[in-house]
Order: sequence, then C-alpha cells, then structure tokens
Amino acid sequence: MADPMKIRAQMKGDVTEVRVLMGHAMETGQRKDAAGKAIPAHFIQSMTVDVGGKRMVDAQIGTSISRNPVFGFKMKGAKAGDKVVVSWVDNKGDKRTDEATVA
Amino acid sequence: MTTYTKSPLTVALALGLTTVLLGGCATDRSAYNPSPDVIKNAMAAFKRDFDAKGSASLDRLNTDKLQDICNATNSKPSPDMAAVVEREQMAAIKLPADGNLLGDWKAGEKLAQSGRGMTWSDKTGIPNGGNCYNCHQLSPQELSYGTIGPSLLHFGKIRGNSPEIQKYTYSKIYNAKAYNACSAMPRFGHSSALTEAQIKDLVALLLDPQSPVNK
Amino acid sequence: MKFSIVAIAALAAAWAGTALAQAKDPTIAGIEKYREMLGDDNPAELYEARGEQAWKKKAGPKNVSLENCDLGLGPGVVKGAYAQTPRYFADVDRVMDMETRINWCRMTQQGISEADIRKRPFGSADKPSEIEDLLTYVVTASKGMTMNVPSNHPKERAAYELGQAVFHMRAGPYDFSCATCHGEDNLRIRLQELPNLTKSEDAKRAYIGWPAYRVSTSRVHTMQWRINDCFRQQRLPEPRYMSEAVNALITYMAQTGNGAEYKGPALKR
Repeated sequence: MADPMKIRAQMKGDVTEVRVLMGHAMETGQRKDAAGKAIPAHFIQSMTVDVGGKRMVDAQIGTSISRNPVFGFKMKGAKAGDKVVVSWVDNKGDKRTDEATVA
Repeated sequence: MTTYTKSPLTVALALGLTTVLLGGCATDRSAYNPSPDVIKNAMAAFKRDFDAKGSASLDRLNTDKLQDICNATNSKPSPDMAAVVEREQMAAIKLPADGNLLGDWKAGEKLAQSGRGMTWSDKTGIPNGGNCYNCHQLSPQELSYGTIGPSLLHFGKIRGNSPEIQKYTYSKIYNAKAYNACSAMPRFGHSSALTEAQIKDLVALLLDPQSPVNK
Repeated sequence: MKFSIVAIAALAAAWAGTALAQAKDPTIAGIEKYREMLGDDNPAELYEARGEQAWKKKAGPKNVSLENCDLGLGPGVVKGAYAQTPRYFADVDRVMDMETRINWCRMTQQGISEADIRKRPFGSADKPSEIEDLLTYVVTASKGMTMNVPSNHPKERAAYELGQAVFHMRAGPYDFSCATCHGEDNLRIRLQELPNLTKSEDAKRAYIGWPAYRVSTSRVHTMQWRINDCFRQQRLPEPRYMSEAVNALITYMAQTGNGAEYKGPALKR
C-alpha cells in the first residue's frame, strides 16, 4: 500500500495553488540491482486532480519523473472550501486517491 | 642543522611543554589545544567505539609517531619538531629502483580522477584511485576540482622537467609529510595507498610537457 | 469559467544522476532553482507521516506506543524536544542525541532488543528504516524553533570536549581527521562546499541541515548516518551506531552551531 499523498491547496489572491507530494518508487525499468538484474519498471502512469468537482488535471506521466515526486498547479476559478481530490494509477494497477480542502 | 641532532627524548619533552602551556590558557572553546588527557580519551573512544568493516580493519586506528605529533599539536608542530619529523619521513621514501620516475600522463589523469579505494565499501582487489581532483586543480578541462590543496595547473610548465624536479614530485606524492610535517595530504607511497607505477603516472601528469596540466 | 493550469514542478529523475563535471555556477544555480520549485515540499514529509503513525502505534514485545517516551522535556512531549538535543539524560546518566534517545525508548518501553535496533539503522530508498521515520517525525515537531542545545551539565561539557578531540584525531592510511576537510573556511571537495565545523556560523548552517532528504539517494539520512559516512570516507573503521564517540561528535557540532532556527528536515541534492 502506497503512502498517503500530501496535498496542499491554498488561495493566493484569485489563484488557487495546489501542491501534491506522492510517495512512489518511480522505477524506470532501466536500473540494475547489485546482482546485475534489471529492476522491473514501476511508475505512475496517470494522474487526475479534481477541484470543486471539476477535472482540472488529467495527466499521463512516466519514467522521467523522480521517486517521491512533487507536482504543483496554479489555477483560476476555484475558491476556499472547494474539495481537492487527487488520484494516481501506476503501471502495476496500484492506485491511490487522497483529498484536501482549499484553504 | 642543530635540529637534526635532537634526540627523540628532547622532542618528547618539547612536545609535553607545548601542550601544557597551551592547555593552561584555553578560554576560547573554539581554539583546540588538546591536553595529553584529552588525546588519551579520544584515542580510547576510537578503540572502544569503532568496529572493523570491509578492508577498514581496526589496526588503522593505531596511530604512528607522525600522527601522534600532529594530534598533540593540532597539526601545528613547532618548527624544530616539524624539522625532525620531516627528516624522518624523508629518510623513509623509497625511490624507484630503475631510476625512471616518469610514467604515462594519460594513466595519471585517470588515476587523478578516481576517488576510489580503501573505504570499507570499496571492493578489495580494485586499484586505489589518486583522489587528486578531490583537493587540487590539475587539467584545465576538469572544472570539478577541490580546493583543500593548492592548484597544480601548469605544475611542470612553471617548474620544468629536470631530474631534480621529477625526484621532488615523486617524493612529494610518496610522502607529503617529508616536506610539511602535518600536511593534509595523505602519504600515498608511505601508506601503500598507491603503487610505484601509479605514482610515476601521476608524476607524468604533473610534469610531462604533453600533459594537459602543462598546456 | 476560465481555467488556466500550469504544471510548475515535476522532478526529473535525471537529477539524481546529474554529473558534477560541469561548471560550478550552472550546477549551483540549477540546485537553487530546483529548491525554489520545491518550495516547502520535501519528500521527508512522507517519512514524517509514517513516523507519526509509528510513534502512536502499539508495537514491540511489550505492545506499547512511544507516546510516553521522554525526549528530554518530559514524558510524551515531542514538540520542541529535538531543538534541545543532544542533552544529558539523568535516567541513563549519559548524553544522547535524539536518534539514540528514540531508540532507547524503543528498547526500554517497547522491549525491542538492542540487536534488532542495530540490525538496520540506515535504510534504503525502497525500504526506509523505522528510526528514520520516527526521527523525521520528532525533528519536524521542532520546526521553526531555535536550537537551544544545553551545555550546563558536566557530562554535556565532557561530551563536547571528547567530540572536539575525536573531530581532530588524525589516523588511518590517509592521516585524515574530520578537521582535514571541515576545519578551515571556504574549502571544497570537488565542487562540494565544506562547512568549517569548528566555527559557529558554518556549524549552525550545517547542523540544521540534518536530517536531510537527498534527491540523489531518494531517502532521508540522519546525523548518525552522516557521521558514519564521514568516517567511511576517512578510510577508518566504522564508528558504532549510537556509541559515545558518535554522540560526542554530534554534541560538539550541535553546541558549536547552537542558536540557529531549525527549519525542519532539509532537502539536499
């Protein structure tokens, strides 16, 4: 089971800033272990961010992203109190969804 | 020189006196002037709290006379003491039997780049690196160099490539303490960290007119 | 309604392998830009979250949580405790750093054996150790506080003195001591700047830089680990985890660099 995401969502004037920290190995499949065996790829493939019930981000990501990645988004149109829902799915089918509220 | 004739006993006495004097007036906590007791405690902690691992065996904690003198003086021995130490270290330098001190500068450059060797995580049986760039600037194209030691850029261009300079360069790498008693630089030949052939390659990197160091 | 969305930070894995063989300025500027993009976000927070759970969870042969552990400010007080360590603990009559103290609670309160504690103190990116999680939780609770490391007790002063001596002790095949690299101002190994840990200003900056999440290793490293790895590079044998020598060194650095604001686990390249 993956670690919970850390989600920060804050109004800065009329802009909402959402920052998401995810715990994930993001293995590229190109690294080798001490015995010289390739470590299987394991990475987040897709990610969505919903704010106030609207889909703000629908992204496909891959192995160029680091382990334990941080994503940041700035958007207009959301307001304090809106619910932020972030989800990801990785190439092994593992998934995780976490929530926060815009402050 | 008179210092050359001093007996080890005189040196030991001088050492004791220095530390007593310094130890008596230490008010600034940042100024480190260790008393013999402080050194003894630190040595005891080394022996008690360290474990052998990989190639790093416990005998590495057994300090030699030079290390003892540097430790007792916070690496600032008196000029007389330094002269005695340097003479002893100089006398222990073994120059190559074949009389040839100049190796291959290209091999020297590779060696200078490598920081590998002698840590507990290094595989045994792999040649040790020279660690040169950790502390020194050498070839101008290598921008990732340390500043713990002086820049060696144009080392041979400045000094030439005479037999005397070759001997000096070889000896300095073999045992830097022969020239500066408590230098930060390891005694690469003295401690067998580098082989004779490796030191020759480093001498070539520093002195060969074709070496990038001298371009 | 108009939505404009800009992805402002995605951390490329390429970072971890960035060769240092570049000019100094672009490298350091790059690291700074990267830090700026991260802002307050630090993957150490993942450790903190796990650590908080582990702190509150009943565990060990005695099946108790660590919530009654006395980190120096009384049983159960986590907030601010890290900012006042290493310190003398009367119940053990010795000076401990926070990592040693948490482990001591795990041993005495939860009944975990010392052998188990020592088995794997330093974890990996794939599998962080429990103490790395716990320590990250505890230190984060001192975020924003001023480091106020006590030095009134004779044993706290003795630890400083021993740490200072160990710091300066030259030994091994390379004649190195900690002071060889960390005893003068403005030195570098390769491009890595080296703090002069014998001086307050440098020691302040260095000390509050630990524990740290390193992007190049993708994990949190503790101060006990930092000391361990310095001795590895000195070509000396391994300093024993939580030993008096290691705690004395940490005490020496903490007292030398006392008084800075602790900003929480650091983020390093």
